[in-house]
Amino acid sequence: MRHTIAVIVENKSGVLTRIAGLFSRRSFNIDGLSVGATDNPEYSRMTITVEGDDEVLEQVIKQLSKLINVIRVTELVPAESVERELAVIKVTADKDSRSEIMQIVNIFRAKIIDVSARSMIIEVTGDEEKINAIVQLLRQFGIKEMARTGKVSMIRGARVIKA
Amino acid sequence: MSNKMTGAQAVLESLKREGVDVVFGLPGGVLLPLYDAIYQSDLHHILVRHEQGAAHMADGYARATGKVGVCIATSGPGATNLVTGIANAYMDSVPMVAITGQVNTWLIGKDAFQEADITGITLPITKHNYLLRSAKDITRVFREAFYIARTGRPGPVLIDLPRDVTVDEVEFTWPEVSLPGYHPSFKAHEMQIKKAAKALMEAERPVIYVGGGVKYAAAHRELYSLATKINAPVTTTLMGIGCFPEDHPLSLGMLGMHGTKYANYAIQESDLILAVGARFDDRVTGKISSFAPRAKIVHIDVDPAEVGKNVRVDIPVVGDAKNALEGLEKEVSPKPKGAWNEKIDGWRKDHPLTYIPDMTIIKPQYVIEKLCELAPDAIITTEVGQNQMWAAQFFVHKDPQKFISSGGLGTMGYGFPAAIGAKMGRPECEVIDIAGDGSFLMNSQELATAVVNDIPVKIAILNNGCLGMVRQWQELFFEKRYSATILGRTSPDFVKLAEAYGAVGLRATKPSEVEPVIRAALATDRPTLMDFIVNPAEKVSPMVPAGATISEILELEWCDEGHIGHLEKHYSDQRKAIFGEEGC
Repeated sequence: MRHTIAVIVENKSGVLTRIAGLFSRRSFNIDGLSVGATDNPEYSRMTITVEGDDEVLEQVIKQLSKLINVIRVTELVPAESVERELAVIKVTADKDSRSEIMQIVNIFRAKIIDVSARSMIIEVTGDEEKINAIVQLLRQFGIKEMARTGKVSMIRGARVIKA
Repeated sequence: MSNKMTGAQAVLESLKREGVDVVFGLPGGVLLPLYDAIYQSDLHHILVRHEQGAAHMADGYARATGKVGVCIATSGPGATNLVTGIANAYMDSVPMVAITGQVNTWLIGKDAFQEADITGITLPITKHNYLLRSAKDITRVFREAFYIARTGRPGPVLIDLPRDVTVDEVEFTWPEVSLPGYHPSFKAHEMQIKKAAKALMEAERPVIYVGGGVKYAAAHRELYSLATKINAPVTTTLMGIGCFPEDHPLSLGMLGMHGTKYANYAIQESDLILAVGARFDDRVTGKISSFAPRAKIVHIDVDPAEVGKNVRVDIPVVGDAKNALEGLEKEVSPKPKGAWNEKIDGWRKDHPLTYIPDMTIIKPQYVIEKLCELAPDAIITTEVGQNQMWAAQFFVHKDPQKFISSGGLGTMGYGFPAAIGAKMGRPECEVIDIAGDGSFLMNSQELATAVVNDIPVKIAILNNGCLGMVRQWQELFFEKRYSATILGRTSPDFVKLAEAYGAVGLRATKPSEVEPVIRAALATDRPTLMDFIVNPAEKVSPMVPAGATISEILELEWCDEGHIGHLEKHYSDQRKAIFGEEGC
């Protein structure tokens, strides 16, 4: 089973290493990780996707909480939160295929952010399934390169996760 | 008035304010400014002969006193030599602050001379660590480090100190600790205590299973009150030894792989296990799926991550053991002894811890019994292996701070430096390292430290001419193929070795010499090594084979004659080499 957790950490050097090290040392499987600033420059927020049953999740949360630089660990239940991921995809595109690709881009409310004679870069945001779906459709034209961010997630409604 | 001082002076002032009275260390290039400040201060510094010794000394000091132990090593190899000692302290939750030198900040990352990324290396074996980059952070970091090391579940904290940070001038301040991400649990939840008490009262076959957490929380009195109030039997892990007096009728001694049969039987039959400050380690539980199959489990631990880590727990109680046991004792009403106590007493009678005495050759267990008889109040430290298990089994332990052993990591070479540390912390106590001939050589260089600093520890080597525990496993599970475990003639003459360092060396080769040697050692006020030439074929018994259920505990059969002959040959060769013909 996959779980998503939000981890608020002190914005100090070495914190990412501590967290990555903990996952490898305790044999936890990390599926995705994204890190970025919060509204408070002293803290960063990580969104970590973990594979495992409820007992594994409990250990992940408890072990993370033991790290001195970790301020807060919260599980984000998919049904109660919004999730987004961003991907940029470079596809083969010539004059024959360009318009068809543009149709797909429109359907997915994605964006074309670069065009050349033989390629296009497409930017798409959404949950994992949506990105997987557009990637699947674009494959027929030839994907030259792709970069995905890993997801960020937030609880719906007024509840907040803060330091 | 200005409080300006150098970084090195700020380090020493911080140590002073944290109540540090002794540090164990060895200097080096980048530590020159710090050691220059030590020279001009009244800090008691014990110069070791290998940094691993410094870490174990700080560890032994901490376990014997309950205070934070401090060790110092230089950058690069000095720091990496601490690693085993830090890992050892981490596994056994020992409060320790390790200070390492580091190259100048502008050289970090350039592969400078004697540079090692020690904060990176010790990441998984410290409770927390710091790389100081500015002298103005020194006092805050030291204060935090001591606070983290001794609170909650104790553990080692490392501070890496670049050379320039110790030279820079700084205004001394003493800031309050403010750690937004560190909230050690203390007070157990009242509701959970009530639930645990109810379960204890309802249980017909309770067992209290005690680990090192009770020792670190100094909760042994609360444990005693609770256990005696409800007449519940108490078993301890290796780390929990001494938390409950072993001469008490409710004591089951140690459980697990080399525990008593009656402790293991009691656990397997029990309907309620009250685990206190213990972590269901594999050496305790054996085959985890068949561990205590009928028992409800109440788990008291200060570290929430331990609850539910290895076994399912029915009633978790997160909190300090002292606080939780005190609460529990108030909630329960007295219970008389009953059928359960009788059943356990029957097992105890039928399966006592024992060995076959011998009139001609020294049995290692006999040496331990004699040590216990002649120095019952001594602090015992151990090395790792057979010596450690016999010391756990055959010495009657009554004080949690008087049995000091490397449990989690199982570090050979731990006991002797730990004894030195313990003696520095508790100079009024007799301190005896129960050692093996294999383990002792791993840190024997600290004989120099003991002699030069006049630290009169005693060492009892149970000299069986082999790496006994591994040899025992080879005998039982590898068809007696003794791969790399027979030390034979490769060991030095330990008496001469002691004398070479200026210590006292004594030897016993016959059972009748054991007592006089111990008496002579106890009578001297110098570091003394006792070399007991013991039966090499002796095994630690009983034993739960790896991966078996703990009630499948075997009384190990005595060796067949031919086998003893085989070992004896190695053994007599060794003795001939050392003592000549007459020693045989």
